[in-house]
Amino acid sequence: MSGIPHDHYEPKTGIEKWLHDRLPIVSLIYDTIMIPTPKNLNWWWIWGIVLAFTLVLQIVTGVVLAMHYTPHVDMAFASVEHIMRDVNGGWALRYIHANGASLFFLAVYIHIFRGLYYGSYKAPREVTWIIGMIIYLLMMGTAFMGYVLPWGQMSFWGATVITGLFGAFPGFGPAVQEWLLGGPAVDNATLNRFFSLHYLLPFVIAALVALHIWAFHTTGNNNPTGVEVRRGSKAEAEKDTLPFWPYFVIKDLFALTLVVLAFFAVVAYMPNFLGEPDNYIQANPLQTPAHIVPEWYFLPFYAILRAFTADVWAVILVDGLTFGIVDAKLFGVLAMFGAIIVMALVPWLDTSKVRSGVYRPKFKLWFWLLVVDFVVLAWVGAMPTGEPYATISLIGAAYWFAYFLVILPLLGATEKPLPMPATIEEDFNSHYGNPAE
Amino acid sequence: MKKLLISAASALIISAGGAMANDENVPDVAFSFEGPFGTFDVAQLRRGFQVYSEVCSSCHGMKFVPIRTLSDDGGPQLDPAFVREYAAGLDPVVDKDTGEERDRKETDMFPTRIGDGMGPDLSVMAKARKGFSGPNGTGMNQLFKGIGGPEYIYNYVIGFEENPPCAPDGIDGYYYNHTFQPGGVPDSCKDANGVKITHGSWAQMPPPLVEDQVEYEDGTKATIDQMAYDVAAFLTWAAEPKLMARKQMGMVAVVLLGLLSVLLYLTNKRLWAPYKGKH
Repeated sequence: MSGIPHDHYEPKTGIEKWLHDRLPIVSLIYDTIMIPTPKNLNWWWIWGIVLAFTLVLQIVTGVVLAMHYTPHVDMAFASVEHIMRDVNGGWALRYIHANGASLFFLAVYIHIFRGLYYGSYKAPREVTWIIGMIIYLLMMGTAFMGYVLPWGQMSFWGATVITGLFGAFPGFGPAVQEWLLGGPAVDNATLNRFFSLHYLLPFVIAALVALHIWAFHTTGNNNPTGVEVRRGSKAEAEKDTLPFWPYFVIKDLFALTLVVLAFFAVVAYMPNFLGEPDNYIQANPLQTPAHIVPEWYFLPFYAILRAFTADVWAVILVDGLTFGIVDAKLFGVLAMFGAIIVMALVPWLDTSKVRSGVYRPKFKLWFWLLVVDFVVLAWVGAMPTGEPYATISLIGAAYWFAYFLVILPLLGATEKPLPMPATIEEDFNSHYGNPAE
Repeated sequence: MKKLLISAASALIISAGGAMANDENVPDVAFSFEGPFGTFDVAQLRRGFQVYSEVCSSCHGMKFVPIRTLSDDGGPQLDPAFVREYAAGLDPVVDKDTGEERDRKETDMFPTRIGDGMGPDLSVMAKARKGFSGPNGTGMNQLFKGIGGPEYIYNYVIGFEENPPCAPDGIDGYYYNHTFQPGGVPDSCKDANGVKITHGSWAQMPPPLVEDQVEYEDGTKATIDQMAYDVAAFLTWAAEPKLMARKQMGMVAVVLLGLLSVLLYLTNKRLWAPYKGKH
């Protein structure tokens, strides 16, 4: 592994040498946790640890919940109540798991926006970014299928609406939808396969997380300045970095403790705040709820899905050009997937030579507007259809695409960046002073 | 900048919780089990149980609630002998193993009620309804007052009123309720766009309570208000029997994690001190 020069593990005793010659696992662990880390990382860099913790939390609580849960349409709802009432600590497991999904998405959104602000996606970290985006997509799939398992009204109707999106594709769409559902409608077959996949995907995510970490350990962490660690010699690199253990482990654990504290306060005092009361009504295929609303973490993209109604000129244009193949529904579906695809392609859409947003005065404004846009989309995604929400979601969706497809490509050419520190050491000392002084 | 993102993130959470309007007509009611230190009032749970078993249970089942939990800690804590006797007096059940009818035991669930004239199951009703999601659908109220399930039940039970003037004479089998939203409304109570002009709508359930309908064993006067209040508390326990254990866990978790965070803060500060000069 190339990268930042640092001390490596040296097997000393006989048994260490014996193992090292056969399986250098200790060396791998040593190099991973002693990785030189830019010492100027700020508090926005703690969310990776939060995410790793949450993944483990979800897998552990989920495995135990699966021991008591029954994936059958007649028994799923009752088995959840059994968990809540009869299983020792079952109520805690379930509330932790359900709210854990929200923590997971809160953390991933902050993590993604941190990457967008500090240009963590730029060369040479494109692969880290792409793997991260795949993890995010799998998280969405996992969370969606997990929400179906309690078999409440919102589980059932959410599954009906979301799988219906795949049915919007002309030709193969309805077949894909039926294949996903295991039948013509959401039913027992759907519940069974969603349970199976909900159990499987987190382990795929865990494997991708390992790749994600491997990738950025190869390139080295980005940092708030975007200036690379000096790699001429070990002595030079050590001026810019500190080993991950103990300096960043302790720092991250401190932050993680505060996050988990807030998380447990939510679990203990308002466990149903982020949920939808309708999901405490058992699924009933004959009764559609008045409002079908996805969980909060899907709302921004749900808003983009709904933004493109049949009276929007772009939709009318595309509808005409494709002879009605791409109608308003398919347009919305394509826009929703497209919103995530443009984000995944940002390493190649951002033309600026400067990595960190700190030194990009115009970029900063557009970036914060994107954050506001994201929040507005989340809000409008929960609102009923009709005005003024339709217009707001259309503007919000348009800005999302404009940011990635127009603003970022143009800014690289038009923006005059601010002066940057020459080294990470210089940046760190400007914040904290030089300990030698 | 930091502040902005934090407020953006919290706005995101807040915008998620409440979402939908139209249930602003459920005003807040103070219950003993609210807040981080809130606990169920055992006497109130017992009164509420009395209302449920003497009034509601003729049309509403609680098929997910095991009868034995009536004597659990954190609930009505009724005497196990009484609970056994109570269970035996309920509808018989068909035994799962033998397929034969037998007396209900305390280890069975409360009876199920389905069929004509029967109402929805009440096991988790207190979590399946909500109130005060305002202001303006932001859900801010729910952040401070809870989702509003117990408040909904209370306001619904006391919400039966005389038919409003717009209603035609004689709507048989339907009863106007101020709180109830999803029910039907006669055409004469709709505007030109088909939107109802009444506050509530018509429910199929008749007003369930009359003054002194139950005789409380603890001597509390059984006003309609009191009975609605007590049964709302009881149904909250039925929906969330581990509420008190949950809040206790929360307190332990928050205190321990708070201590841990202080220790880690100090450790972190000391660890980094050699690398950070005094500025």
